[in-house]
Amino acid sequence: MKVDDALVDKLAKLAKLEFGPEERSAIRTDLGRMLDFAEQLNEVDTEGVAPLIHVNPEKNIFRPDEVSESLMQKEALQNAPDHDSYYFKVPKVVENPDKG
Amino acid sequence: MKEYTSLAQIRGALDEGLFTLPELTEHYLKRIEETRELNIFLETFEAEARERAESVQKKIAAGTAGKLAGMVVALKDNICYAGRKVSAASKILENFQSLFSATAVQRMLDEDVVFIGRVNCDEFAMGGSNENSSFGPVKNPLNPAYVPGGSSGGSAAAVAAGCCLAALGSDTGGSIRQPASFCGTVGLKPTYGRVSRHGLIAFASSFDQIGPITRSVSDAALILEVIAGKDEMDSTSASAPVTAYAGERDSAPMKIGYIEECIDNDALDPEVRKQHLTLIDELRGAGHTVEPVHLEELAYLVPAYYVLTTAEASSNLSRYDGIHYGYRSEAATDIDSTYVKSRSEAFGKEVKRRIMLGTFVLSSGYYDAYYAKGQKVRRILKEKTDALLEQYDLLLSPTTPHTAFKLGENTEDPIKMYLEDIFTVHANLAGIPAVSLPLFTHPENGLPFGAQFSAKAFNEKDLLSFAHNLMQRRALAKKEG
Repeated sequence: MKVDDALVDKLAKLAKLEFGPEERSAIRTDLGRMLDFAEQLNEVDTEGVAPLIHVNPEKNIFRPDEVSESLMQKEALQNAPDHDSYYFKVPKVVENPDKG
Repeated sequence: MKEYTSLAQIRGALDEGLFTLPELTEHYLKRIEETRELNIFLETFEAEARERAESVQKKIAAGTAGKLAGMVVALKDNICYAGRKVSAASKILENFQSLFSATAVQRMLDEDVVFIGRVNCDEFAMGGSNENSSFGPVKNPLNPAYVPGGSSGGSAAAVAAGCCLAALGSDTGGSIRQPASFCGTVGLKPTYGRVSRHGLIAFASSFDQIGPITRSVSDAALILEVIAGKDEMDSTSASAPVTAYAGERDSAPMKIGYIEECIDNDALDPEVRKQHLTLIDELRGAGHTVEPVHLEELAYLVPAYYVLTTAEASSNLSRYDGIHYGYRSEAATDIDSTYVKSRSEAFGKEVKRRIMLGTFVLSSGYYDAYYAKGQKVRRILKEKTDALLEQYDLLLSPTTPHTAFKLGENTEDPIKMYLEDIFTVHANLAGIPAVSLPLFTHPENGLPFGAQFSAKAFNEKDLLSFAHNLMQRRALAKKEG
């Protein structure tokens, strides 16, 4: 699998990351190596094998749908980089059209 | 103070009145100060440790103390403890304070443990040398020019340096066993689902397990006994009953298969091979049956492991958004730049690499060829392993192909570092328990290395009984020899 800048940019966009020019070239090289390494798996015959999703033997763990106490609002906000008494605060998302 | 290597010894000394638990706690705090330059502890819980030591000492005197009374323990920086910071050694969580305690932590507190501090690790447990921490690398206490291993490098180093009796670590692909091997300690990765993951900062959820790093097998068994078991906060925690792992031990002869692809591996240091072959003879001499077994898939385990774990990590780490908790970039001007700038500035290089690979293998058009392929290889391996463990009680391989390497030696090529996990990822892919035992010393550099034994899922009892007996016999032979 050839890794080019377009692929790096596409993945970065999906992963919500960005890379400066130097970093991008390093990640391109590293990804290329990592994919070559991963592609060794093609040597394994997996015809007719179902993917293994859970190693755990437990299945369908149900519990009663009961209301219980979880985090209080104050606690939930405590680690946020920006908040007021009620809400998480973020930079402005929607522009006011009246102000152009 | 004399070096104590198990809680039983410490309890004996406490009962005899040789010292008190507060005095023991001071001893460890002093040791932490003396070993500052190794960069093991990110934070010590001094006031709290002193206070708990006082109250547990009273319980000991009153005869009401729990199973872990007298045990002073360090926590890997990815395990939550209510009211204390936990950062996964990442700038993105630098000032994060946990709102709750991990189930494993709470269960240990309920048995009167004293937690002494939080120790360094690789960022989000991604690494094999503890050089990926945002707070600097940990140095190996046995020789500071070398790495302690990773990702639970701080946990193994803390125990090896005598800063505490035991530590909790986490193991996704060898992160407990490899540093245990490099630092000369016992390291146990329990069966997947044996210990609740509630309160463990997620890396790869179908692989991660919390486990102990200790000086003795009996302490590892005791900690497991306390932390294991069903937990309603983790639906993947298993309902299989918890055995008294530290209870009576069976010493029946075992049927052991040593994995030939590991012992004859090109990457193996000849001395590691030689000492394992001697061990095999020794085990036979002790009445065990030891035979070669094959794991032809060995070369594919690390690639499968990286495809699957990076996929899970890219998904797990999407929660770090610069909004709900953790770091936010000052350059954030709108919603997208809040995500992108915060994540790009605060995640380290290795974490970003893995998020990128994980994003790739899960992306449209590549999912089947990479991610589903990895899951299929995982099934082949699991079925193969289960079949081997129908024939054999235990499997044996070296924990690591060599002893600890020097700081900076393996940081250029990610693949080289990934291959450090070659013998350990097996247990995580197959979901079985495995322990690294500090049996060997390399004659050239004087550094330790471990032997790894694994067993059938949920058969920690036989695994630990055997390990305990082996260590006892070895200690006895050393004394006599």
